[in-house]
Amino acid sequence: MIDTDVLDRVLARAVRSGAGFAEVFAEDRRSTSLAFDDGRVDRVTSGRDRGAGIRVVNGSTTGYAHTADLSETGLLAAADAAAAAAGSGSDGQRVVGPVGARDDGARHSPVATPPAEIAKSARVDLLLAADEAARSAGAEIVQVSAGVGDTRRSVLIANTDGVHVADDVTRVLFRVSAVADGDAGMQTGYRSLGHTVGWEIFDTVEVSELAADAARQALVKLAARPAPSGSMPVVIKNGSGGVLFHEACGHGLEADHIAKGTSVYAGRVGELVASPLVTLVDDGTMAGEWGTSGVDDEGTPTQRNVLISDGVLTDYMWDLLRARREGRVLSGNGRRESYECLPMVRMTNTFVLEGPHDPDEIVAATDHGVYVAELGGGSVNTATGDFVFGMREAYLIEGGRITEPLREGNLIGNGPKVLADIDMLAGDFAMGGPGTCGKDGQGVPVGDGQPTLRVSSMTVGGTAA
Amino acid sequence: MSVPSPDELLAIGDRLVGRAAPGEQVEVFVARGDSTEVRVYGGEVEHFVSAHSEGVGVRVISGGRTGTSYAGTLDPNAVDEVLDEARANAAFGTPDEFAGLVEPDGVDTVPIELWDERLPATSTEDKIALVTELERITLGLDPRVRVDEADYSDGGGESAIVTTTGIRRHRRANSCHVSVSALADDDDETQTGFGFSVGDAPADLDLAEAAGDAVDRATRLLGATKPRSRRTTVVLDPFVTAQVLGIIGSTLNGESVVKGRSLFRDRLGETIAAPGVTLIDDPTDPRAFTATDVDGEGLAARRNVLIDSGRLEMFVHSGYSARRAGTVSTGNAIRGGVAGLPGAGCQALQLVPGARAQEELISSIDDGVLVQSVSGIHSGVNTVSGDFSTGASGMSISNGAIAAPVREFTIATTLQRLLLDIIEIGADLRWLPMRAAGMSLVIGDVTVSGSS
Repeated sequence: MIDTDVLDRVLARAVRSGAGFAEVFAEDRRSTSLAFDDGRVDRVTSGRDRGAGIRVVNGSTTGYAHTADLSETGLLAAADAAAAAAGSGSDGQRVVGPVGARDDGARHSPVATPPAEIAKSARVDLLLAADEAARSAGAEIVQVSAGVGDTRRSVLIANTDGVHVADDVTRVLFRVSAVADGDAGMQTGYRSLGHTVGWEIFDTVEVSELAADAARQALVKLAARPAPSGSMPVVIKNGSGGVLFHEACGHGLEADHIAKGTSVYAGRVGELVASPLVTLVDDGTMAGEWGTSGVDDEGTPTQRNVLISDGVLTDYMWDLLRARREGRVLSGNGRRESYECLPMVRMTNTFVLEGPHDPDEIVAATDHGVYVAELGGGSVNTATGDFVFGMREAYLIEGGRITEPLREGNLIGNGPKVLADIDMLAGDFAMGGPGTCGKDGQGVPVGDGQPTLRVSSMTVGGTAA
Repeated sequence: MSVPSPDELLAIGDRLVGRAAPGEQVEVFVARGDSTEVRVYGGEVEHFVSAHSEGVGVRVISGGRTGTSYAGTLDPNAVDEVLDEARANAAFGTPDEFAGLVEPDGVDTVPIELWDERLPATSTEDKIALVTELERITLGLDPRVRVDEADYSDGGGESAIVTTTGIRRHRRANSCHVSVSALADDDDETQTGFGFSVGDAPADLDLAEAAGDAVDRATRLLGATKPRSRRTTVVLDPFVTAQVLGIIGSTLNGESVVKGRSLFRDRLGETIAAPGVTLIDDPTDPRAFTATDVDGEGLAARRNVLIDSGRLEMFVHSGYSARRAGTVSTGNAIRGGVAGLPGAGCQALQLVPGARAQEELISSIDDGVLVQSVSGIHSGVNTVSGDFSTGASGMSISNGAIAAPVREFTIATTLQRLLLDIIEIGADLRWLPMRAAGMSLVIGDVTVSGSS
């Protein structure tokens, strides 16, 4: 994307007034998406975003500027703007060596069939199949929408520490939603899949099955009763969305929150912060998963990081800036939405390992509670630990059996307390659907997963007594 | 941020539209802008982002089929490719008799000034000084307070829309705001609060108000406990009301209506809200953060009364949803950027305010909860079924006065019931950096889930 000698000159320019660190992040992203709604392919779009962001760190100040102009002139102008933004305070004279030979990011997710080789007509066929499958699931299905998209994101990262890497990640996403209409109003169902692979994913996944399942979810909820209100045991199905851990502790383990004392987990490394059943991992190398890449958006190879081991907090997640300041080892968690954004500490694929229980045993051991078959999104206040997540498909548990479907609602809890209250964990690990994690206005793709588990007490936010 | 000249962007639009084939409709949306973001922490600049963005989005409609394409550059060659690609994409759309670009509808734009020359004239040093001062004021208000984020941001941009149907519009706008996030510590407990101020230029920003809000919100939550579960009256703080209005607005979106996804789709002309509720979408109100004279398809933005004294009067439409509904665009096409198609949506919602301040509203309530913030509004609200459930924190209300702080609970109802259960609307209308203004809102019969 950019020649090595140009990178050298741009980096030298960025630190010429004495800044301690500079970085070039160049990105070329192509995307194609087709959407089907209301019986029609109504959105066919494709596009390209290409540009570079230049970061200059001067003492405690980071300056950032970006440009869509990848010529040397454009990059030098951005370097000047970033250096000016970083201010004139000085880390001292800095000698910049040339960036080294380029390392290609370890491609953990090779692409067998590049989406660019797939005709748009083949994509239309997938959407039609999904629509037909969802509509044939029941006469009450009144609306179906579906979308299929792919992105190919090539990045080049070089910095004054000598990093010079490239990575190339392809993502394929499919989603389908259905609306069912019944006597008590409308209900919705939703399924999606997303992987860092090529079009070969559709050799093994039947989109019609996903669509039928979205329709089933909407149909089931037509008979749903209002969710209960109050504290009770909550059983969460395997692979239904590790968003529970993403919110309950994932964000609170990001080093920027730790450094600013805005996390309930600050200063707790080595302490028991969760039930001894819980081992939590963030792993950006998992083949094919949604949050996977070869390197993070600062050029650090992604890796498998154990954050909580048998309930004990082992480490936080780090980006380059925080790791440098605290003298820590990089963990490959510096990510950004695009070249227009500063990197931050972010999760990749976050999941909980298996435990000793049997999923049926967990339900059978619960006298009265809620069984969540699929979670929706969530959010957290890392400073207080209070977090919420939605339940897209849930049922009542009565007398150790899953009974009636429930209408949607949020659950609320406090991170450290919920982690301590995980009293049963099964051996049926599964990854959940693709997610987009939002932080400070930036969205990045993340994965999550967990086995079936039980939280002994959480507040369910329904309306029924 | 120099003063943009309209000619350059319109010329790009004119050139591409001039390349339309016979029988083909082409719409070109071109935009560019600059923004600044400064974060101060501990009296020093933590980061300073200086950004320039630009791009073009093209929609081609041919034989009822629609295709779009975009590029994040205004490089002439790339711009030409965008048109070619949009045309190629159109071949894969399903023919739709309702597809088509809007035509000039004779509605004049309301002359509102969206560009303030004072903003581009503000120096970088002044912006840094402003947010440094915001952090300092906030810290000075209470010894228990820390600040984790004090931010200044501004943006200015221009866009042009040119179509083969005779639309040719240019708009430019700029604004700035500050925000601050405060942490209040007491023993092992930490609570958070935020405050902000929005303006056309830095001189309009009220630092004391932003700091005061952040500190009050954080400190008053110290010692908060879970409230007991019950059905009760809630008072939504203006910031929360604005978020709820945004959700209600989405159920009145014409696109959801024509596609059968709006829970109010069959209710036009009926009473859907309490008699005191009048909901207006008015992007021509210059006080609105999202004020605009032109919508996303180049028609004049306009004042639309959606709910009048509880009665559902209209849905908001883009050109497409209007044609399908057998009506005309209400000037409510919304764009998310250069990529993709404009959709229908509300742009600047407000309720007609009531007569009493928040304190007076509370004085009439024996038992209730003042909700100062909500979380998970997108995971716990389903705009198709109407289920509404969000996490919340705030203050309990007892015998007409604010009592103890409460947190880690949910409030739940349905959107249908929420509108009918509105008891009173506050006089405290406040413009916020979102697509809706806020004011205190009293809602009866809401389920609070906390301790048993």
